[in-house]
Parts: sequence; structure tokens; C-alpha cells
Amino acid sequence: MSALLSARGLELRFGRIAALDGVDLDIWPGEVVAIVGESGSGKTTLLRVLSGLVPPDAGGVIFDGQDVLGMNEAARRNLMRTQWGFVHQNPRDGLRMGVSAGGNIGERLMATGARHYGNIRAAAADWLRRVEIDPDRLDALPRTFSGGMQQRLQIARTLVTHPRLVFMDEPTGGLDVSVQARLLDLIRALVAELGLSVLLVTHDIAAARLLAHRILVMRQGQVVEQGLTDRVLDDPQHPYTQLLVTSVLAA
Amino acid sequence: MNAQTGYNFAYVDESTKRMIRRAILKGVAIPGHQVPFGSREMPLPYGWGTGGIQVTASILGPSDVLKVIDQGADDTTNAVSIRAFFRRVAGVATTERTAEATVIQTRHRIPEHALTERQILVYQVPMPEPLFRLEARVAETKRMHALADYGLMHVKLYEDIARHGHIATSYNYPVMVDGRYLMSPSPIPAFDNPKMDRMPALQLFGAGREKRIYAVPPYTAVRSLDFEDHPFRPIRAPHACTLCGSRESYLDEVITDDRGGKMFVCSDTDYCAERQAAKAAAE
Repeated sequence: MSALLSARGLELRFGRIAALDGVDLDIWPGEVVAIVGESGSGKTTLLRVLSGLVPPDAGGVIFDGQDVLGMNEAARRNLMRTQWGFVHQNPRDGLRMGVSAGGNIGERLMATGARHYGNIRAAAADWLRRVEIDPDRLDALPRTFSGGMQQRLQIARTLVTHPRLVFMDEPTGGLDVSVQARLLDLIRALVAELGLSVLLVTHDIAAARLLAHRILVMRQGQVVEQGLTDRVLDDPQHPYTQLLVTSVLAA
Repeated sequence: MNAQTGYNFAYVDESTKRMIRRAILKGVAIPGHQVPFGSREMPLPYGWGTGGIQVTASILGPSDVLKVIDQGADDTTNAVSIRAFFRRVAGVATTERTAEATVIQTRHRIPEHALTERQILVYQVPMPEPLFRLEARVAETKRMHALADYGLMHVKLYEDIARHGHIATSYNYPVMVDGRYLMSPSPIPAFDNPKMDRMPALQLFGAGREKRIYAVPPYTAVRSLDFEDHPFRPIRAPHACTLCGSRESYLDEVITDDRGGKMFVCSDTDYCAERQAAKAAAE
């Protein structure tokens, strides 16, 4: 078996600031990898580089044998809407606010060639149920949804085409604790069910522990520590990781 | 070029004609693709057919017979003035008979009469971009055309069905040309869309304000977008024409008084007149 996504020697500088400084990363099929670190440590930049949105100064990204950075835009867009999903921190970035919930979920299906209204609608209703939104809201506009519902809708919209790799940027940021727990549960179930790989960027250590198989700790553009989740969180080696782990508030 | 008067045939100067003809040829070579062109000021306001006039002026020859229709009618202000304009600046023959015309400039309709290989249909187009209500960024719509990334258009149709129970777009209904480019057919009724498919006549589209020309060559497949379980249906008022009795043609609803009186008549005046004449002759 080979890695689904693998990055080598990624470097990106914003002026004097090194946003990425020699980052290596592998994601295996069915694996959830969390990237944790403080604000400005390069987490989101790494996500954007890996998904081909921003070209790095140096380094390469290989997805399933294909060179992500070298491929043309048509191929990358195709990858984006079939093999990948992207869950944004702010659901407004990932949703079409003027289009009904059903239309939002159906967009990826239609973009990949679905042309049967009834089937698209059934799939959309099914996915609303799976993210615990009342299917009666199928024709409601996202702007009438609460922040948490919008985030769940965004996840439904992303997962409807069963992507192989999902990039998530602080997906649980806007959710209340109970919904957050259910969502984390849902993501875990889907990983097992669909063989989904997830690259999760978060500063929520608890979410990372619940979800991730493996953790990378980033600081100032470098991966300072990585390993199995329990190992990193229970026996942190790097001083920064030790600080991060001891800073978590317990309820 | 008329050396005697120093005045150019059909209003537009020769270099402009060359430029527009180049754009037309490009458009014909890539069916449905919007070709930018240097639209000129025309002696009528935007929205009245500046694009159509420029295309017509560039393809018109001295032996052509021109017909101009506006919403199917030959006798509306816009149609009468454009016809008069070309009679004056090009001296070409004009007609109201669809069958006699070689060039037909149209706003919002396709004639009921089937067109032939020796005819050219010129559409006046207000907004050439079919995606513009869905995606505000022109750069992004260009990219979507380049990559044939048209899922968004189906989202619009999906929304129509979800809201109204059927596809409620009754004019300017988006079409796929030759299985590749998404195209706005200009604001013709959806009823006319099937006429575009494999039409023997060349179809040219001119958008003056938006500075775009596009084309559908003869016998090109033009398919209206739809869903498998909600197939495209041309919509027509379920009446017969009050004047000629046609049950096939596209009808206009005309208010006849201020007490709710109304009647339905053919929007294509030439078609209607021909049928009335045939009926009168038969009696």
C-alpha cells in the first residue's frame, strides 16, 4: 500500500516569514491526520498548498500517483470535485447562500454528471438526515440556518460525492459542544464506512484526540513533532507540544 | 466602397467589417463560444440591437433581401426603423416575408417558417453570458467555459424545479451547443429552442454593449439543458390564434380593453398574415 497523499520538502515564504519550512507529510488511505498548532503556525497555509490552491516556493505534492502541483487546472478541478472535499472554517465560504440546501448538496453531484432530479433530491434529503438536519428544510436557504446547521450542511455538500480525501479547516469551530460531538462521531463513522482520509486542521486538541489517528504539531512553519495521537498527547517530547498539551482546559 | 460618394456600403467602414467578419468566422469555427469584438457606436441606443445591426451590416451584400423582426412582429418600432436604416444606407431590398429573406435580423423570436440553407438568422443579444446571474465574476465564467465546468447551470434548473415544481425558465433558456459550449440563445421563448437544433440556416448572435459575437453553424446540435425526469418542454399558451386559428405557433396575449378583455394572436405577424390570406383564398 502506498500513501494517498504525500508531500515532500514544502517551503513557502511570505516576505521574511517562513509559512512553511521544509514540511514532509504522508496521508494513508482511511487515515485521519490532525495538524495542530497555534495561530500563524502555518496550518492553514499547509492545507492550501496541499490542495493546490497556493503554489509553494519549493517541494512537491503527489496524490494517488499524480503530481498535484504540476497538473493543469482542468485536472485539478476535476480532482477537487471528485476525489477531494474541502470543508471551510466559515460555512459561508463553502456554501452558496442564495441556493437552497438541496441545491447546495446537489451541486457536486450535478457537476459530476448527475442529471436525474429525483435521485439528486433523494441523495440531498438522505445527506441532510445524516448530518441531523430535518429533511423538511431541503428547500430552505442556508441563510435561514443556524451557524451549526450551516457547517453541517457544508459537510453534507462535501461528502455527497464520497471523496477519498477531505481537507477540513477548523470544521468544528462554529458548533456547540453537543453538535460538535455528534459531528465528530459522524466523521469517525464515515471514515470507517467510506474509507475516507481526512486532513484536519484544528487548534482544538480534544477534537484532534477524538478524531485523529495521527497528529502533526506545527510551529513557525515547521513540523516540530509528529506521531500517533495518544503518543503525542500523552507523552509529548517537544517543549512546544508539552506547552500545548498542558494548556488544554478541562471542563 | 462607393468611390463616387465616399460613402461605404451598409454603414460600417471596411476595417470594422473585416474585424467583425473575423469574429464571426471565429464564432462559426467554435460553435457557441463567445468571441470578443470591438463593438462600435451605432446610431441607436444599447438594447435596441446595436450588436445585431453590426453583424447584419458586416454580412449584408447588395443582392441580399433583409427582414427585421422584433418579438416576431415586422411592424414594431424597432423592426421598422432598422429595416428603414438598411434600406437607406445599403439600398438593399427589404421584405416582411420570411421565405423571401436572405438575412433575418431578429429580437426575441425565431420565425415560425422553417429556415433554409440560403438564409442567415442574426440575433440581437442583450446579455451573451448564460452564467452571469449565477457567477458575478467574468474571469470565473470564462474559466468555467474553458473547462466546460457547467454544474452550476444545473443548480439553477434544480432550484427552479424545487421552487416551482417545473423548470420555470420560459425564455433565454440555456442550451448546450455541439455538446461543448453552454450558450444563451438570447431572450427567445423556450418554445423556439427546438428550432435552433440542426437548423439549416447559419445563426449569428451579436451583443453590442457586451461586445461579444457567437454563432451556431448550420446543422449543429443545440440541446436545451434539462433533467432526465424533468425533460425540457417548450411552453406555449394553450389557445388558438384569434386571427388565423393556428394551434402550433407561439402566441402573444393582447389586452383589448380595460375590462379584462384579451385575445391570443400569433407573435409571428408574417406567419399569421400568410395563414389568414390562405384562409381567405380558400373561402
